[in-house]
Amino acid sequence: MSAGNANSLTSSGQQSIEEVSHPLSAEESVLSSPDTANADLSLLNGTPVDTSSPASSSSLVNRLQLDDDLNGETHDLFVSVDDPKKHVSTMETYITYRVTTKTTRTEFDLPEYSLRRRYQDFDWLRNKLEESQPTHLVPPLPEKFVMKGVVDRFSEEFVETRRKALDKFLKRVADHPVLSFNENFNVFLTAKDLNSYKKQGLALLTKMSESVKNVTGGYKLRSRPLEFAAMLDYLDVFTQKLGTIDRIAQRIIKEQSEYLMELRDYGPLYSSWAAFEGELQKPLKSVSECVTSCATALEELTDDMSEDFLPVLREYVLYIESMKNVLKKRDQVQAEYEAKLEAIVVRKEEKIGVPMDVEKCQDRMECFNADLKADWERWQNNKRQDFRQLLTGMAEKNIQYYEKVGQIVRSMYKSQV
Amino acid sequence: MTSEKESRVPIMAEGSCLLRKMEISVAEAEKRTGKNAVNMQETYTVYLIETRPADSVTEGHNPVPDSLWRRYSEFELLRNYLLVTYPFIVIPPLPEKRAEFVWHKLSADNMDPDFVERRRIGLENFLLRVASHPVLSSDKIFFLFLTEENGWKEAVFETGFLAKSDSRLKALNATFRVKNPDKRFSELKHYSDELQSVTSQLLRVRARVADRLYGVYKVHGNYGRVFSEWSAIEKEMGDGLQSAGHHMDAYAASVDDILEEEEHYADQLKEYLFYAEAVKAVCRKHELLQYELETASQDLASKKQQQEELAAGTVRTFSFKGMTSKLFGQETPEQREAKLKVLEEQIKEGEEELQKEFVKNAWKDIERFKEQKDHDLREALMSYAVMQISMCKKGIQVWTNAKECFSKM
Repeated sequence: MSAGNANSLTSSGQQSIEEVSHPLSAEESVLSSPDTANADLSLLNGTPVDTSSPASSSSLVNRLQLDDDLNGETHDLFVSVDDPKKHVSTMETYITYRVTTKTTRTEFDLPEYSLRRRYQDFDWLRNKLEESQPTHLVPPLPEKFVMKGVVDRFSEEFVETRRKALDKFLKRVADHPVLSFNENFNVFLTAKDLNSYKKQGLALLTKMSESVKNVTGGYKLRSRPLEFAAMLDYLDVFTQKLGTIDRIAQRIIKEQSEYLMELRDYGPLYSSWAAFEGELQKPLKSVSECVTSCATALEELTDDMSEDFLPVLREYVLYIESMKNVLKKRDQVQAEYEAKLEAIVVRKEEKIGVPMDVEKCQDRMECFNADLKADWERWQNNKRQDFRQLLTGMAEKNIQYYEKVGQIVRSMYKSQV
Repeated sequence: MTSEKESRVPIMAEGSCLLRKMEISVAEAEKRTGKNAVNMQETYTVYLIETRPADSVTEGHNPVPDSLWRRYSEFELLRNYLLVTYPFIVIPPLPEKRAEFVWHKLSADNMDPDFVERRRIGLENFLLRVASHPVLSSDKIFFLFLTEENGWKEAVFETGFLAKSDSRLKALNATFRVKNPDKRFSELKHYSDELQSVTSQLLRVRARVADRLYGVYKVHGNYGRVFSEWSAIEKEMGDGLQSAGHHMDAYAASVDDILEEEEHYADQLKEYLFYAEAVKAVCRKHELLQYELETASQDLASKKQQQEELAAGTVRTFSFKGMTSKLFGQETPEQREAKLKVLEEQIKEGEEELQKEFVKNAWKDIERFKEQKDHDLREALMSYAVMQISMCKKGIQVWTNAKECFSKM
């Protein structure tokens, strides 16, 4: 299996392994994979990779294993979002991000693109994708609206958090076997002047989207197939659990912040004690410095939780909402089909025209079901990887914190004995 | 247990002390009920004091120690006796009467078993400190405290220390100003004030730090439950989540032991908080003696002046604590002369007492105390550091385990 894939990779004009292993967005927050002890690089689509030697066979095997995760799909489209910059104009101030594309696909005129996009553009893309691919799950974007005065839209932390989420969004789209071939996506990645394109209103819809768009609501679903019912049940419970985890994480951040505040009072007391002691001055002073350094380490841990952990959790809640919407649409399509079917039976309509309409509905429903099932599988796999990464990351940050603190205290102790 | 005891044995003094000859420990604590002074039922704790000759434990020979039960109030009585009898000594403090500087989860209840256990250790520490003191350890009453269960109280009261105690308390609480304070003693008093202030602040903040740390650990326990619930709806991820959850539970539970150990550090700080008070008592005693000396000198000076004035023919009326009437009643100049001489001698004696006995002995003990304090507090700080290192090791262990489980999701 691996041999076969290796061949297909090299022969279909892929980039060399070497190139692939060096991601464009090197500053992406990377987390240790289970196999490696050191910080690593990731593939451009966000999956971790062994970097013992980029061209080694082991890294090749790792990539292939990952390929297996994603149903043996080949990677010929790499995207990244980085380099946020502030733009000030008379009308408004906003941030743009550099979007870089590297690809061998023939749908693209050039092998490489680099242009700047702002949040609006991402939002436009997402809407277009939803419109044009209604049977597919489109990944979520970070929240659009931020309360002015509560959050500083231009703070480093906020911009970085947003950038990571936008990067993830694009990578998920690029990863998707259907969405990545969407015309709107292509335009987003390549058009120099996106605004004029938007104005032209060329909504390139697929045949499917046209028909799905015309599905009117108001049909009542008879019975949901078990597998889709199971999906909804799963999503309901999962949402609940994510909400609980979010609350727990927030509570931890709060407790740690209060702990930090007390430590900031605690350290200086040893210093003021040292001021009126003789022999004890040295040990007291070093204890004071020790406490202060430990407080700094704690602050780093807490900030990481806020900046890396919580946003990813919240993003998944949005993802679940999107998934639920897609399931709802599917229900509608099925409902319409069932209604039309019933109408024939009841009204005994002529064979011309109506049966075809029913057939079209049936087709539509079955396509939708198939697309949805495929997307569900893909979503489950991604979710598993994402949470594995998220939670091992959280554990790793805590390990680093304790290692740091242990180091600080140990060296203080050694200096005094 | 032995090593614990060893670490609590104070520095052995140069001169021979009781501890050299005798093993002392406060081995147990027990609840008792009985009728108190107002004939009401009360519950109290008694502590078992065990003693045995130092060289009695040899190969194959482990004699049963002598023992008796004492309650906290008896320890207090012993200490009050020592305070009055040795005013120039920094008397070791007792563990606190009521739990203070308590962080929220810790009980402030005197009957709480953890509090009783820490008090048992504190009482043992007190006895060991007295028994290793070059002066205090040879006190007869102290010896009886350790060996005579029933006759002890009578013996203490027979010393008549209570009478001295009352006047001492009165004097200590009175406000008076010394004209020429001894610089060393005022510096020492100032140091004690500062030590008291900083240690009580430290204890208060440390309790708050402990409280917050407790919160951080315990909230992680919630992860245990939610991971368990979440694992129920997952297929491949379930096992990893479930076992990670167990580690989160273990993490949350580990804080109880960590903080219990830290209480020992707090107790060590508390001991020196109370020690500072004992140092102040010595300073205060010195101040009192100084004041009495100054008063006596002043009396003598005024007597001389009165005599001169009488001789010169001018009389001024002082009212000086009735001494005027006592001295300048119907006396002849020769009688007055004699009385003055007696007064002078008394003052000289007073000066001798002050300088020779008190200051010398007090300062000797203060030097001993300073060395002991520097040694003990340094040890306390270092063992506190060791506790933190151990806490970090545990943290790394738990999170490494959790990380492994997560990576298998």
